[in-house]
Amino acid sequence: MLEIQGITQRFGGVTALEDVSFSIRANEITGVIGPNGAGKTTLFNIISGIYRQTSGTIIFNGKDVSGLPPEQLALRGMVRTFQNVELFTQMTVMENTMVGLHTRSRSGIFSCMLKTPGNRAEEQHIRERALHWLEYTGIADLADMQAGNLAFGKGRMLEIARAMALEPRIILMDEPAAGLNNRETGELASLIRKIRDSGVTVVLVEHDMDLVMDVCDSILVLNLGRWLAEGTPREIQENQAVIAAYLGEG
Amino acid sequence: MKREIFKFLALVVIVAVLPAVFKGGYLMNVLVFVGINSMLAVALNLLLGYAGQISLGQAGFFGLGAYLSGVLTTTYGIDPWLGMIIAAAAVGCIAFLIGFPVLKLKGHYLAMATLGLGIIMYIVFNEAVSSTGGPSGLSGIPNLSVQGYVFDNDVKNYYLIWCATLLIILLSLNLVHSRIGRALRSIHDSEVAARVMGVNARLLKVQIFTLSACISSLAGSFYAHTMSFIAPASFGFNFSVELVTMVIIGGLASIYGSLLGAVLLTLLPELLRAFQDYDIIIYGLLLIVMTMFMPGGLVKGIPAFFSFVRRRLPGGTANNA
Repeated sequence: MLEIQGITQRFGGVTALEDVSFSIRANEITGVIGPNGAGKTTLFNIISGIYRQTSGTIIFNGKDVSGLPPEQLALRGMVRTFQNVELFTQMTVMENTMVGLHTRSRSGIFSCMLKTPGNRAEEQHIRERALHWLEYTGIADLADMQAGNLAFGKGRMLEIARAMALEPRIILMDEPAAGLNNRETGELASLIRKIRDSGVTVVLVEHDMDLVMDVCDSILVLNLGRWLAEGTPREIQENQAVIAAYLGEG
Repeated sequence: MKREIFKFLALVVIVAVLPAVFKGGYLMNVLVFVGINSMLAVALNLLLGYAGQISLGQAGFFGLGAYLSGVLTTTYGIDPWLGMIIAAAAVGCIAFLIGFPVLKLKGHYLAMATLGLGIIMYIVFNEAVSSTGGPSGLSGIPNLSVQGYVFDNDVKNYYLIWCATLLIILLSLNLVHSRIGRALRSIHDSEVAARVMGVNARLLKVQIFTLSACISSLAGSFYAHTMSFIAPASFGFNFSVELVTMVIIGGLASIYGSLLGAVLLTLLPELLRAFQDYDIIIYGLLLIVMTMFMPGGLVKGIPAFFSFVRRRLPGGTANNA
């Protein structure tokens, strides 16, 4: 599904990632973990096209997508969420989700200006689909609220609804549980499983170990920008190198 | 949606009856300018208010449209309507080509680049004396006409200009309430998230810059044909700033706000005749005061002001408890 081959990223003299390779299987939840500074977020930014890697290749659905910008990746079915929740704060919850359907609609500037019948039908479709995704994440009652006024946990749900509206093949989530309380984290876990069960591959960067061990089918561990281990949650929990890295003995 | 249609129809009615109220006096001439400035402010708001990209060179595109129409009709004898279309197409092409490098810039750098663009165009209007007439201007531009019906007085021009203005307002309203409008606003709020959602931010910014320039060019053509005379002074840096002021005072990301801003800033100099040499200072002050106390512009500020007053008044509804 997603192959990461020999990714290296240098920022000036600092090497954030060094020759990281691994593959993500379709229809699984893969967790990427590691101590602070392991390069998890950098890896996410590279995969999602926000950074351009110094070297290495990314294969998505059998095609080389290295260096493609995020908008191109979106068209190919890759979407992500952000650690600090990047909502369109001046827009309503509904409108945020409707932007998620951008790649699922075609109307250009002129048909939008002229409000052609085709454009009207498409607009109706966008609205219906957006409402579906708001119901899917359980925030349909907030549809008319301005996104900037949402409570943090609801903002997370909106970000996921907006991302799911693309109907992606793969969704990358950057610390989705950060800032959530226990109940919200529980809801998040079942939502993540529901997303996987609908046939979407999920990749998580996460600090919340309970969540990772609970939902992930497989886990990649990074340490100091290098590949450290990968395996099932049980294997990772018993891996001596991982334990050493987390306890700082490595 | 129904409310949107109602608002627009109310505007159409107001525009239609105003000449009857003013019985054609001097104010009709001012209202023609209000119409032209409204087109320009709406065009700039698409770029500044919706996409969040500043342009301090709008007066240049306005001037380019006016001069192209002027030169094409006077020197080359081309039909004014055809000239208007050629001018808009040419300005659109220029904006599209310039847009790619310029809109890579952000914030102050974008402001500086578009400022430079406006100044270059202003210099061309002044210095290309053989075709533009230079500082002394270009005269003898024909009035527009349809089937022999010539738009040669203020009332006729008023209806002509305002038909165009209303059309541009309607098309812009449609645009901002569409997927393209949402994509523009998403770029404004978070460009990176917009791109992740598949919005081609770079291309869309250039497209909206181009559209904005085309509308400004049309406004310029209308200006040239109603005035019959144009000179570079109308298309300088001051006017670009004035347009930005209209958009911000009216309200960013509000089409009706731009209309309000254009009405206010076009009527204001008429009301402040005595201070005319200081108009740029007054605009500056207005801009500072507005951004401090009404950052959402008049469209958001006026309702907020009234609800504030209502709460403060003795017996106010919200404060009774």
